[in-house]
Amino acid sequence: MAPEDPPLTPPPAEPAESSQPVFPESVAGEPPGAPPPEAGRAGSFSVLSARMGRFASWEAALVVALVLVFALGVDSSSYFTSSYNLFTLCTNIGDLALMALPMTLIIMVGEIDLSVASTLALSGETLGYLWSHHWPMGAIFIVVIALGMVLGAINGFLVTKVGLPSLAVTIGTLTLYRGLANVVLGPLTVSNFPSFYTNVGVQNVPGIPFLSYSVAFFIVLAIVTGVVLHRTPFGRSLYAIGLNKEAALHAGIRVQRVKMMLFVLSGVVCALVGMLYTFELSSAGESIGIGFELKVITIVLLGGVSIFGGRGTVLGVALAAFVYAGLHSVLLLSNSFNDNDFQVVSGALLILSVLIPNLPSFAQRGRELMRRRAARASSFAADDPGASSQPPTQGIVT
Amino acid sequence: MSAPAVPPPDGELASPRRLVDVVLRARTFGIIAVLAVLVLVAGLIQSRFVGGGEIRFILSQTSLYALVAVGEAMVILTRNVDLSVGSVVGLSAYVSANMFGTHHGISIVLVFLVGLGVGLACGIVTGAITAVGRVPSLVVTLAMLYIIRGIDTIIVGSGVVLASTEPNSFLNIPQDTLVGIPDLALAVAVVVAIAAYYLNTFRSGRDLYAIGSDPDAARRAGIPIAKRVFTAFVISGALSGVAGVVWAAQYATIESTAANGLELQIIAAVVVGGVAIFGGSGSVVGAALGALLLQTINSALNVIGISSIWTEAISGLLLITAITLDRGIQLRLAAALRKRRVRLGA
Repeated sequence: MAPEDPPLTPPPAEPAESSQPVFPESVAGEPPGAPPPEAGRAGSFSVLSARMGRFASWEAALVVALVLVFALGVDSSSYFTSSYNLFTLCTNIGDLALMALPMTLIIMVGEIDLSVASTLALSGETLGYLWSHHWPMGAIFIVVIALGMVLGAINGFLVTKVGLPSLAVTIGTLTLYRGLANVVLGPLTVSNFPSFYTNVGVQNVPGIPFLSYSVAFFIVLAIVTGVVLHRTPFGRSLYAIGLNKEAALHAGIRVQRVKMMLFVLSGVVCALVGMLYTFELSSAGESIGIGFELKVITIVLLGGVSIFGGRGTVLGVALAAFVYAGLHSVLLLSNSFNDNDFQVVSGALLILSVLIPNLPSFAQRGRELMRRRAARASSFAADDPGASSQPPTQGIVT
Repeated sequence: MSAPAVPPPDGELASPRRLVDVVLRARTFGIIAVLAVLVLVAGLIQSRFVGGGEIRFILSQTSLYALVAVGEAMVILTRNVDLSVGSVVGLSAYVSANMFGTHHGISIVLVFLVGLGVGLACGIVTGAITAVGRVPSLVVTLAMLYIIRGIDTIIVGSGVVLASTEPNSFLNIPQDTLVGIPDLALAVAVVVAIAAYYLNTFRSGRDLYAIGSDPDAARRAGIPIAKRVFTAFVISGALSGVAGVVWAAQYATIESTAANGLELQIIAAVVVGGVAIFGGSGSVVGAALGALLLQTINSALNVIGISSIWTEAISGLLLITAITLDRGIQLRLAAALRKRRVRLGA
């Protein structure tokens, strides 16, 4: 069935309408704003604009989901809105959300970084090692940030200069960095950090009772990332690279250099989060942050960023982070659910997040199949001189 | 036979394919050479390493990894990836080993069938969502990794399968040998041979390579991509399911975290074994050898006396080295083929 369906030549009139009904909740808010200016263009552009419209409404869907999750939380337990619970929610998501920002940019250009959690671990362990060897904290900060740059640059070098696929490279560095992290401290645990630093894990930002430091950092960094991604030529060039690397190259974008910068950025952010996370736990020891890379990617993809690159927004990722955190909190508070159920739920959400955008194309494929079947029926009918008026009716019926 | 009409099938002019074959075969021999050097060096340092016991242990350990790696290789060949294998192994290990406790005197064959069934079910779900839903397998299998592990944890609860509930005949499977070679290794060798034969000779097997090297061209050539990709995932699931039972026999005590993170080791083995991460090239024999190499390195480090905390770092380094070398070979090969084409044209 697959061989002949034509992906690039849909009937011009249809797609704009066909994609709409899929998102009932978001359509309610969108139509007056988004579609009209774009729906004006004809031909194959209508496919593009329909797609853009759909992704603009992805954030709307996430807002609805966020409201639903919090409504559910308030409904299921009065404890949900207590500032302690909200603070816990924030501390649980802050670090993941921070790592999701550079991951968003990297996935945007069509690459992936699976080594983020290992970078976090190696940075945290290095912090512990140096602290236990009585280094001053300022020097440790510089060393760990430099370490993050180096780790990111290794990924970037292998991807851009050697030309290896980032999936394979970062599976390799995931193992390598994690392995080195195991070596740095061995079985030791360092936990005598000054309370000035470890307070980031137990105290809220002064004045706002539920806001953890990690989320405060996240909000600042998310705004910066959002402005850079959506409002600067550099940010727009990331979309260009993700959508069509060749075209971006010919448009004068230094694709390799940009990718290198993103990997280094990811390394630095993950190193900083590694220190933050270590202070939050107030101990550096074995196996911190195992499996974080998958959670971070889940958040980014839930946020509507396409795994193939070129599509997505920082707002979507930020919303997804809080939907994720809210859902986790709701499930944990209700007595009938636990952490394992959350694994299943977040997995199901992830699948839905990639299936739903495909629904319009399913509808289109279905119609295409029907049309082809009708066409085949009509070509058989053409042999029979009596049935020449049949095809149109069949087309309409199906 | 009018000889002059047909140009003689001269080795150099005949086909660029031949050169590619030679290089790919050299890739496999490369792993074997590295293995040989490794065994030799480790054996010189610590003669115990080349003893029968140690080799049997490595082969037995490798069996499980190779089994999963064969399925993973078939998926990766189609330019997809299956991240859910670790969770499938874990689920299958618990469900199958638990059968001994709940059904006293159940036959071992039946337990293997249960594991196979669990794996098949997981593979069918993953394959259907990926192939029919036309969504990237990286995302789907990442989600399935969570979902299957979550289901596993829910089923297990706080429970655990203890060795005492399992019959000795089951727990002895990893130690059983036939003419000195572990039964498991022989069985897996048969699986690898069948898979290799299938991929090399069957049309549907060749299709996997076609899909992986150029999905668009494959589609235009009329290859039923969805069907083939679905099949690859089902096979991967089934083999992981069986591997889960092997896991149960090997480790005896099964908790909900069994085989956590296995997927990355498997992908590492497959890629070290010469299967291109974006599909289209490589072999299941290579993938199995990759698994053998990684296991041998683990054991060698142990035997030589290098602390086991280094093993993870070293296997990561090995993976990066392997793909870097592959890239070099690939570039050389492309250049050689281009030169040859120019010469033929002139």
